[in-house]
Amino acid sequence: MTLDISKQLLFQMKRIRFVEEEIARRYPEGAMRCPTHLSVGQEAVAAAVGLALKHKDMAVSGHRAHAHYLGKGGNLKAMLAEIYGKATGCSHGKGGSMHLIDESVGFMGSTAIVGGTVPVGVGLAYGMKVKKSDQVSCVFHGDAVVETGAFFESVNFAVLKKLPVLFVCENNLYSVYSPLSVRQPEGRSIAAMVSGLGLPAYTGDGNDVAAVHAKVCESIAEIRAGGGPRFVEFSTYRWLEHCGPSYDNHIGYRSESEFLEWQAKEPITRFERVMLDNSTITAAELQLMNDNIALEVEEAFTFAEASPMPGPDSAYTGLYFEPSGFGSVPQSEGG
Amino acid sequence: MAIMTFAKAINEALTEAMTLDPDVICYGLGVPDPKGVFGTTMGLQEKFGDDRVFDMPTSENAMTGIGVGASLYGLRPVITHQRLDFALLSMDQLVNNAAKWRFMFGGQRGVSLTVRMILGRGWGQGPTHSQNLQAWFAHVPGLKVVMPATSEDAKGLLLSSIFDPDPVIFLEHRWLHNLRGEVPDGDYRIPLGKAKLLREGGDITVVAMSYMTIEALHAVDHLAEQGVNCDLIDLRCVRPLDWEAIEASVNRTGRLLVLDTGNLTGSISGEIVARVTANCWGALKCAPQRLAMPDYPEATSPSLTEGYHVRAEHIAEKIGKVLLREVQFASLSQQRKHPHDVPGDWFSGPF
Repeated sequence: MTLDISKQLLFQMKRIRFVEEEIARRYPEGAMRCPTHLSVGQEAVAAAVGLALKHKDMAVSGHRAHAHYLGKGGNLKAMLAEIYGKATGCSHGKGGSMHLIDESVGFMGSTAIVGGTVPVGVGLAYGMKVKKSDQVSCVFHGDAVVETGAFFESVNFAVLKKLPVLFVCENNLYSVYSPLSVRQPEGRSIAAMVSGLGLPAYTGDGNDVAAVHAKVCESIAEIRAGGGPRFVEFSTYRWLEHCGPSYDNHIGYRSESEFLEWQAKEPITRFERVMLDNSTITAAELQLMNDNIALEVEEAFTFAEASPMPGPDSAYTGLYFEPSGFGSVPQSEGG
Repeated sequence: MAIMTFAKAINEALTEAMTLDPDVICYGLGVPDPKGVFGTTMGLQEKFGDDRVFDMPTSENAMTGIGVGASLYGLRPVITHQRLDFALLSMDQLVNNAAKWRFMFGGQRGVSLTVRMILGRGWGQGPTHSQNLQAWFAHVPGLKVVMPATSEDAKGLLLSSIFDPDPVIFLEHRWLHNLRGEVPDGDYRIPLGKAKLLREGGDITVVAMSYMTIEALHAVDHLAEQGVNCDLIDLRCVRPLDWEAIEASVNRTGRLLVLDTGNLTGSISGEIVARVTANCWGALKCAPQRLAMPDYPEATSPSLTEGYHVRAEHIAEKIGKVLLREVQFASLSQQRKHPHDVPGDWFSGPF
């Protein structure tokens, strides 16, 4: 790994962490009025995959998508404005935290239904195949997605047609408050199950950003060479509650000791320490990196907070293509 | 202009669309098989190759989501389901993704996707091969729902659906596939959301859709011989719905009968009666009426379906009642020589 890539990985992780923590800090103010799923603790996969993909490659994600959007290069200001419900948001206030999009960088959309974008990502890849493109379509998903029918159906088709899809599974052990043990049979590995479907699968440490990056680069190269889809599963852990800004170790579905165990494997300081130890970064550079992130994020929050709310009329736009045709205004009786 | 069956008109529309635009793709269970979905997809794979025309895994939900993704990439997928009932497995992708994509991302990109679903009836199709759930789809903002009744409309509306920038549910009644009619040549498109006035008469407005239009034609023409003159509106689309055409007609006739191929409760016919009652109250001379399927699934045995469907004689009888006029309608059923559970002698199953 080059020096430059190490620094970019560190930067991306730190930036995602800073954004998420700042959202959590400001969330109780009540100005971000939508369900918000934060990725604190899971930054490594998003940072590494985002960097391994090319600009022209595409990605889709689910409800916990801030990190994936930012990792792929999505516009920070537009994301924050969207969470604040502003007209300048990436979905003009129609979607909120769970509906992020920045097509200019190939982030084609994240949606709120678990498993809902898996076939969409596979469909993008079918388009790539028909149009003979060398792009890759990346599907970010969590461990619960492999329990959905849409996942099995999509994988089957991707394998059948040898489509250029990279499935990236972040296994953080929980779906809301439900642990893996109540959702999937004991002892069955996700990667092993998936490889049984004919999809080459790998499992690894999702908090080791350098290892994630190396593995994903290898998988992407295989896909681009025409090898068909690949599946990578990375174990990681979300620090905060499923939805919202708080820690929730006290409510009883997981233990403080488990949390502390994962906190010890935290991806950012771990990588930072390695870089400092082998002198790939200096303390001064690190300070500058932190300062730059703080500045950028502060500026983006200022933008989001200062942006106007969408006009109430725009609630009735954008349903169909015709900007002034039917559907753009609610039809009423007795009018 | 040529005379052809409804099924052939669908086939022509698909061929025309795929010839015009290399981004049009067509898939579904059985699409390239030897029967080609009742002839509608015959010869397409030979003409356009197996990247663009293909059979699919039995995965209705994901294959619909794959259509959404392919559309976002720039393709125009046409998905075919041999029965609407099978497409129920794809409701998540249709309702949460296809219908919402443009709106939930702020209007920046929609899903140009056409989903053909065939509506079964008779010959023992039974509870899960005969559902007419157009009201479900029409209830969802973001979808369009097309229900042609003639060969000409089948071609013109399918071409418009394929090139529409938004998702379209295209409902083909199985009893229409063998119906013949004149069809214009080439790229012929009928705008979505425009009803067609098939018969003009001042006594009552009859609104119909899909196969009910055919039964209505028999009834209306039969009544015309008895001096009862009806406006007959073929909706062609149930979302968007041509309110202007319906209201203009009711304002003239003062009476309304709506015919629906679906179950009565929660149906499109209910929506039409509600809207007309609210908007044309002053013009109405009597309470609007409707005829639809009973609130039961269609049973399988022919002995259980004899009185289930609305036929021309029921329509004529109902119109007579609304107009408080003695009308003759018994000959309508006497004219039919084939059994009640098939559209004609041409239909001998199996589905």
